[in-house]
Amino acid sequence: MRLKGFNGQIAQSLDGEILMKFSDEFEARFAEMVPHYPTKRSALVPTLLYAQDEVGFLSDAVIAEIAGRLDLTELEVRNVISYYSMLTTKPRGKFHVQVCTNISCMVRGGEEILHYCAKKLGVGHKQTTPDGMFTLEEVECIGACSWAPAAQVNYDFHENLTAEKMDAVLEGYRKRL
Amino acid sequence: MADLVSHPDEVKVVSKRFGMGATNLDRYLELDGYKAVQKALAMDPDAIVNEVKNSGLRGRGGAGFSTGMKWSFVPKTAPKPKYVLCNGDESEPGTCKDRLIFEHDPHSVIEGVMIAGLAVGAKSGYIYIRGEYRYLSIIMQKAIRDAYAKGFIGKNVFGSGRDFDIYWHGGAGAYEVGEESALMESLEGKRGIPRIRPPFPAVVGLWGGPTVINNAETLANVPHIILGGGEWFAKLGTPKNGGTRLFCLSGNIAKPGVYELPMGYNLKKMIYEVGGGIPGGRKLKAVVPGGSSCPALTADEIDVAMDFDSVAKAGSMLGSGGVVIVDDEQCIVKFALRTMKFYKHESCGWCIPCREGTDWLEKTLTRFHNGGGMMKDIDNMQYLSENMLGRTFCPLGDAAAMPTIAFVKKWRKEFEDHLDGRPCPYEKAGAVEEMAALTH
Repeated sequence: MRLKGFNGQIAQSLDGEILMKFSDEFEARFAEMVPHYPTKRSALVPTLLYAQDEVGFLSDAVIAEIAGRLDLTELEVRNVISYYSMLTTKPRGKFHVQVCTNISCMVRGGEEILHYCAKKLGVGHKQTTPDGMFTLEEVECIGACSWAPAAQVNYDFHENLTAEKMDAVLEGYRKRL
Repeated sequence: MADLVSHPDEVKVVSKRFGMGATNLDRYLELDGYKAVQKALAMDPDAIVNEVKNSGLRGRGGAGFSTGMKWSFVPKTAPKPKYVLCNGDESEPGTCKDRLIFEHDPHSVIEGVMIAGLAVGAKSGYIYIRGEYRYLSIIMQKAIRDAYAKGFIGKNVFGSGRDFDIYWHGGAGAYEVGEESALMESLEGKRGIPRIRPPFPAVVGLWGGPTVINNAETLANVPHIILGGGEWFAKLGTPKNGGTRLFCLSGNIAKPGVYELPMGYNLKKMIYEVGGGIPGGRKLKAVVPGGSSCPALTADEIDVAMDFDSVAKAGSMLGSGGVVIVDDEQCIVKFALRTMKFYKHESCGWCIPCREGTDWLEKTLTRFHNGGGMMKDIDNMQYLSENMLGRTFCPLGDAAAMPTIAFVKKWRKEFEDHLDGRPCPYEKAGAVEEMAALTH
């Protein structure tokens, strides 16, 4: 792996070395994607999201690796990461519970769903349960307005929610482990 | 995944293959798939542009600009490659239509991109899908692979001797990226910050090449126009507003869903007949006619034809087709606050009127909703909003200001009802505090 530009976090980054082994699927996707663009950096945003999906968050090691692959500085990569709301440099729980409270969801009880999740999981906005299983987040419109209120857990949509349905959704994920 | 609805008044053009298994390429071919692009391959580029111009097709992303006109701005010859960019970053609150197109009819978008490419002389196109729509990216990537495998895209498409490549591209959470110049920045791997125009994308776009950027629904309409003819399409709607529209009914309505209705369909009828009215015996308070950036209409203002020009005449916008219905149990101040919270969150921070204006307005509205408002805040919110209008590089500042002005002007009494020093009179005791503790 590339170690260029690790700024004082080498120990942590070396720990992350195992994480730097992306899956074959990631590598195939990356190799396919880069030639689609006249500039390498154009592949950055989707690449970051796929890397995050594998590692769980965009660690220093991931950032250094992707910066190296796309001929960018780490600062340039961080600059992009901080813009996009789905990208994170902090670990999240295994299941990222994203509850929409934007207008269409709000008028149909989106806030109640958020409250229900907060109470059941015992965490607030952008907080993770102590067992590392769930991170709760209040999110902006996820494009489920006609099926509101809605939430996404990782990439799965859950729609026309009630507190009871949300309870079953969360229990369902708990059982997956 | 998302449930489909139907109503006898629907005129199915873009949605005609919904629920028919058209993600499968063979099935798509049975349903007249890839006929339009073959027809377009035999047409003169100018003839394609003219057909689309005659159809009266206008941008479904929200601006409502003539699609044929937009294409005609692309120079015939250019020193750099030309591109087609499909905007599938659908993020306007109230809007969930492109999602259904990608889910049920991804090949129609591919065809639309190719036809746009043939019209302007581009050799490649990108289909940008918001990051949250991962399952749709998977569907679209498969559709692209299948089309390549059949030789419908790639080298020598349909044996025509011409090449056309189509690629998928994914976002990672940003409303602002739905703005065309920010979309190009995002595709180039940068922060989604708008570019200063001119030059417009039709002249200097992706990687400096001339670029046509159209919304996914706009492009999905194009194959139908090529097959059915511009005249047929124009007649489906009202003058200068050709075709149909995917209207996303949401909020306090009995039968929410995405309905394809002719342009110019009456809003009142849409709410009470198509959508089944307001549930629970409650009354209509407000309607956001085209997504959160469009000024809300009062219950007295809904006898309006839903086309770009009629809604503009009524003081709002048809926008992206997101019709959000608000009943009389909702608080307009809270609704205005939630709208502003969104714009504050999504403002890219590049220009001051938007960055500071949305923050200031969100703070004022929060204080107001929590019972700390003052009479002078009401006028101040309007003044602030009016000073954001037209003073930003992209329309996000306008999108935040326009609905706020309408809320303050049309529901001034509700704002005044918040002036007695207690939290929102429309919410049950403790609700405001509870939400404040949890919210971002």
